[in-house]
Amino acid sequence: MSTNNSWNRKDLVGTYELSKQEIQTLFAAATPFKKLLSQKGATHPSLANRMVANLFLEPSTRTQMAFDAAARRLNAASTTLNGSASSLTKGESLRDTALNLQALDVDIIVMRHSSPGAAHFVSKIVDIPVINAGDGAHEHPTQALLDCFTLHEHFNGDLAGKEIVIVGDILHSRVARSNIWALKTLGASVTLVGPAPLVPQGFRHFGITISHDLKSAVSQADAVIMLRVQRERQKENNIPSLGEYTKQFALTQERLCWLKPEAIILHPGPINRGVEIDAHVADSPRTKILEQVTNGIAIRMAALHLCHAHVHGENGMETLPQ
Amino acid sequence: MKNSALWIKNGRIIDPKNNRDEIADLFAINGTIVESLSDECKAFATCIDATGLVVCPGLIDVHVHLREPGQTHKEDIATGTQAAAAGGFTSIVCMPNTTPAIDNPSVVKAIQATAKKHSPINLYVSGTITLNREGKDLAPIGALKDAGVVAITDDGDCVQDNGVMRKALEYAKMHDLVVMDHCQDMSLTQGSVMHEGEVSLRLGLTGWPSVAEDIIVSRNCLLSATTGAHVHMQHITAGSAVEIIRQAKKQGVNVTAELTPHHLSLTDESVGTFDTRFKMNPPLRTEKDRQELIAGLLDGTLDIIATDHAPHAPHEKDTDFDHAPFGLIGLETSLAVCLENLVHNELCDLNTLISKMTHEAARIVKIDKGTLSTGADADITLFDPQEAWVVSEQTSYSKSTNSPWMGETLRGKIKQTIVAGKVVFSDTELTQAPEATIHHTEPAGNPSA
Repeated sequence: MSTNNSWNRKDLVGTYELSKQEIQTLFAAATPFKKLLSQKGATHPSLANRMVANLFLEPSTRTQMAFDAAARRLNAASTTLNGSASSLTKGESLRDTALNLQALDVDIIVMRHSSPGAAHFVSKIVDIPVINAGDGAHEHPTQALLDCFTLHEHFNGDLAGKEIVIVGDILHSRVARSNIWALKTLGASVTLVGPAPLVPQGFRHFGITISHDLKSAVSQADAVIMLRVQRERQKENNIPSLGEYTKQFALTQERLCWLKPEAIILHPGPINRGVEIDAHVADSPRTKILEQVTNGIAIRMAALHLCHAHVHGENGMETLPQ
Repeated sequence: MKNSALWIKNGRIIDPKNNRDEIADLFAINGTIVESLSDECKAFATCIDATGLVVCPGLIDVHVHLREPGQTHKEDIATGTQAAAAGGFTSIVCMPNTTPAIDNPSVVKAIQATAKKHSPINLYVSGTITLNREGKDLAPIGALKDAGVVAITDDGDCVQDNGVMRKALEYAKMHDLVVMDHCQDMSLTQGSVMHEGEVSLRLGLTGWPSVAEDIIVSRNCLLSATTGAHVHMQHITAGSAVEIIRQAKKQGVNVTAELTPHHLSLTDESVGTFDTRFKMNPPLRTEKDRQELIAGLLDGTLDIIATDHAPHAPHEKDTDFDHAPFGLIGLETSLAVCLENLVHNELCDLNTLISKMTHEAARIVKIDKGTLSTGADADITLFDPQEAWVVSEQTSYSKSTNSPWMGETLRGKIKQTIVAGKVVFSDTELTQAPEATIHHTEPAGNPSA
């Protein structure tokens, strides 16, 4: 793959708007960062003396930690504002919060918010890069890009024609959406599996296959992405019970034989052992869950690095680690 | 009292109620349309040259949010009625979702008193169906009627309880009041912010499915059929709901319905970049729905145009999509948007459009307005159907600017708005009409009160 591509975006708000070349540029940048990660404590100074602000207005642990790890590996300082969108709107508006961060001389905003479009909104207000770490059910681009990077590595850089099955609550999932757009852009076929209220037929508009039959769907898959079942969905009657869900859609040890022998399993975490995935399956060598975590740092380093380089008029592809 | 006379010369008089469409002069004396003026009256009459203009009954809008009392940072009675005058409206009905709600006669009286001082046009008031619009206990419908309301509605908070709605219809029937309903099944629209469809799925925004409208439209048709009460369905958005109303009307059910300028001109695609100007309730739907709405308007299933003028302050709309309030302003752009999307593209003739913005609207709230008949109130709108103008904050009378057409060029310009024979809005200085600016007319407030 060529590493001469450049990145021409201030922000990473979603995968929907990314071209295949842009995604591949991110992968190309992530590759040397991943290599760096294999050296204990090694850093690359592309964000030296820079400040990354984590604006997390919805609870997150692992995404925030992964962004922190990425920032540290780029020698950036990071600061975190935790809160909830509702407490924010009672007082300071989202616009004012964004402008304040910019006035604090922050260099990059990493934000999570419960409302779809919140990162898009902030990105239009500030001149500094905004990296979307999840906005409602809209997008979670770095999670999808790390998933796709994991697949990209596994399938030797070519996802064209690969059959990717995503299982779970698609309707409420920003991870699913970001994965759908990125996978489609990379040429993969996508099948969504889950209970009807959580996998609306409307997704067919996007050239995606809908299935409510786990067995037939995963038997065709080159990779299966299992999404976490959010327990609050039960209260909304989207699933009658966790048991009902598990019975139909969990990937259990017995069901592993439904998959092709070479098919792999991804999960964005945190996993609910015994709900959507068996402990045995989660721990099997076919799952790439821990690989995803490492790739998550590399992809986030790439995103921070490229967006930051772009606003400073540099081609970030020329300043990657050797 | 000194006689006042008005002589509108050489306009294209379109008076759909009277099947009139001709180039002629129109006359009024002391606020009433007359056949002709004596030479003596002509000598002192205010003359308006309407050459090249349409002269039609003053426009009527039965769905306006004036925000007073309670939310006057968005709009108030003075600014909202001035915006109405600038939009060619001579009579409007204000919605009761104020703070406090219009659920008792004292609020009605307060609004009427303010209107008398500050409204250049006729302001009619609607009352609530239930106390505080909570959908539980009926408002004093008889007392509201006595205070002068022309309709009852819980507006944005559709009555969910069918038993409450049935009794409301029975009371409304007894008091000869129309019940206006914002048709939304709340159980299907928890957290909904836009049409449930391809765009909402893509954006991850919670969808408002058309079936939530269809269910309440059906419910209202059934309850209207059993009670005989007149139910008016506010701002219909779904093609499927149009068909339900069409079938009900075929069976003689006493229902009517309205269509907004925005639902007939825009679709959910506009929301594509989380643009909060396009966040409204009920939501913009698909192109197919839009076509079916227009078909419904043309075949009479949808009776009238109404704006659902819903002002919000700039800082309120300037946030993420979920947290932005629903609604858009529409009074000053209503006619032009309808001309652009119905008449200039030859889907509808001018007479039909005007009927849906005048006497048809008057019929729904049973007010004696909307015609240029001899003896009628001289409420008259003059407009140039072809004149292009730019919608701008500078020339807007509304306190708020939440219009998707802000900055756009539209064809169809209100030239003068006349209430009871007096010019209350003019887009140009008039040499012969000294009162050619916004001013206060009498009577304002509810003429029937």
